[in-house]
Amino acid sequence: MNWTKKDLLGIRELSKEEILLVIDTAASFKDISRREVKKVPTLRGKTVITLFYEPSTRTRTSFEIAAKRLSADTINISSSTSSYVKGETLKDTARNLESMRPDVTVVRHNMPGAPHMLSKILDSSIVNGGDGAHEHPTQALLDLYTMREKKGRIDGLKVVIIGDIAHSRVARSNIFTLSHFDTEIVCAGPPTMMPPYLEDLGVKVEYDINKAVRNADVIMMLRIQKERGGISFIPSTREYSTYYGLKAEHVKKAKKDVIIMHPGPMNRGIEITDEVADGPYSVILDQVENGVAVRMAILYLLIGGEV
Amino acid sequence: MKILIKKGRVIDPKSGLDEIMDVYVNGGIVEKLEKNIRERGDEAEVIDASSLIVAPGLIDVHVHLREPGFEWKESIKTGTAAAVKGGFTTVVCMANTDPVNDNKSVTEYIVKKAKHEGSCRVFPCGAITKGLKGEELAEIGEMYEAGIVAVSDDGKSVRNAGLLRRAMEYTKLFDIPVLAHCEDEDLSNGFVNESGSSVISGLDAVPSIAEEIIVKRDMALAEYVWSSLHLTHMSAKGSIDAIRQTKKGYRKITCDTCPHYFTLTDAATLAFDTNAKVNPPLRTREDVEAIKEGLKDGTIDIIATDHAPHELTSKDVEFNIAASGISGLETALGLSLTLVNEGVLDMAGLLRKFTENPATALKLPYGELSLGGPADITIFDPDAEWTVDKTGFVSKGKNTPFHGWKLRGKNRVTIVDGKILYRDKGL
Repeated sequence: MNWTKKDLLGIRELSKEEILLVIDTAASFKDISRREVKKVPTLRGKTVITLFYEPSTRTRTSFEIAAKRLSADTINISSSTSSYVKGETLKDTARNLESMRPDVTVVRHNMPGAPHMLSKILDSSIVNGGDGAHEHPTQALLDLYTMREKKGRIDGLKVVIIGDIAHSRVARSNIFTLSHFDTEIVCAGPPTMMPPYLEDLGVKVEYDINKAVRNADVIMMLRIQKERGGISFIPSTREYSTYYGLKAEHVKKAKKDVIIMHPGPMNRGIEITDEVADGPYSVILDQVENGVAVRMAILYLLIGGEV
Repeated sequence: MKILIKKGRVIDPKSGLDEIMDVYVNGGIVEKLEKNIRERGDEAEVIDASSLIVAPGLIDVHVHLREPGFEWKESIKTGTAAAVKGGFTTVVCMANTDPVNDNKSVTEYIVKKAKHEGSCRVFPCGAITKGLKGEELAEIGEMYEAGIVAVSDDGKSVRNAGLLRRAMEYTKLFDIPVLAHCEDEDLSNGFVNESGSSVISGLDAVPSIAEEIIVKRDMALAEYVWSSLHLTHMSAKGSIDAIRQTKKGYRKITCDTCPHYFTLTDAATLAFDTNAKVNPPLRTREDVEAIKEGLKDGTIDIIATDHAPHELTSKDVEFNIAASGISGLETALGLSLTLVNEGVLDMAGLLRKFTENPATALKLPYGELSLGGPADITIFDPDAEWTVDKTGFVSKGKNTPFHGWKLRGKNRVTIVDGKILYRDKGL
């Protein structure tokens, strides 16, 4: 199949076929990053802007490296250097940037729907690099890629997502992705961080992580979204780590070949112990590596021409 | 000015009149109300109302005219022009202006401005507390002398129940109701309804109990001090259930809802359309059905618009920071007639919620079409089909989620105090 969408706004807009197209395309790009000369001319002459209104290390760097490995030119704008602080609206900023003719703008914003708003007014492609607690599609795609790479399949997997589900765009996008497959999705965390109506998304809600991790194929840990007020939903991070910090004892309850994932940044000692984060089941750094391949695939599909 | 309205279906919910009749208006008074009034060759303007409905002028107990202070959003002039276009002859405007209508000089300003520039009758609603801050009572008596018909801190609830109690007691002196915006601030840190939609959008959400809890609190307070309470823009099933229950034992409670609460669900926010951002937020299908049930069984007395005009810029931003509200005066009648077409209400029942009931709740001497009574009359075509076009709004606020909707039922002529103040081009 061919990619026909102008933008990548969220997983919810994608079909299963489109999701698979992205990760299949990513597989063909992964090798480039391991070559001695890590560059192909595919997107030569194209311009990619990353417009980030929220702090980011991984995602922004990953997009920039992905673009550069495809020979696109990249420009990074973060909130401290944009006109946002001078009172310019997002819409005006985006229109001004578009006048400079970028091909893709990757937007990260603390408010849900910001990329969707821009997609309606801009002709160039928009990639959602995370919008508030809404979606983080490239993260979910790289997570899916990593699961398939490590497990050889998606169907039949039990995936447990643990942490601040209410404020997590990673959780939402992963739920939307995994719902396309025959998976068992369990969300676990303190009741305050489980939004009402979560079950409507087809997931099981569990408060006790000891129960949640039983027979898990994949355990995905999330951090507390302090910037979205997550901290006021629990008495203390100390108490949180007692109940919801992933420890070796939990990993033992999962399947023998369980993989431990984390979208980063990790708060060691809070949601995950060093032992688990650096242990043999952890695929956290593989996720980061795969992120580059998945973002190369997205940029290629959006502006690279015919597959 | 003399007006002869011929062959319309005259409906007056208060008297139960529903017949094809002629209406003769002279000097602001309904002078004749009978069949076949003969044209006497005088200078009367004749309106052919055959196949049209002739009703008492509609009353809207909840609008924001934005003046003084926010004239770029709306003014008394443009807001009342929108009102008469929508079929309204009387509006009650909220106090969240700048300066706040919390003292008689602002009330006087609004009344005077409306008299000179307004197309319809304007009755201000005064603030309950100074500056809408919820700290000390506004000078309700002086505002009453200047013309307010209710008090409200609309936009928020009075958080301090003790202070609200004092307001409810004090307003008994003037026999005006407290008009309550019901929202528990501590539960309402959000922009949309908490539901299956918000769990998808990730937008910070407000549970419907944020409304229900304050509805219950305010009703308990009103009953305790035996005061009149009007609950405005009801949106949630829990609120309607509670009001229905309380009304069985305590009669001094009235409430209203708005067309968007029986027309749209929170699914409208999934595409982050800021025109669907309104406070209280759009709720679920279940709530919509409960609102309709409440309208049908009389739990909900009144349909108001909560006309909340905004300039484009304040809506053309991220959902979180977009202004709340819908410009509703020009679509209210068309949207509400759907209730008749769906069989929720009959025509007189619908009109009662726009005329007799609001007049009774706020003790206004309008809302009826009777011999010798004031000539505030709305003539509308219940079957005319039209498409909502926000660019054609006379309100400055083009913020509507109904742009492009096909509606059935359109206002044709609005007569205020015996003068034709709006006439649709289609007539």
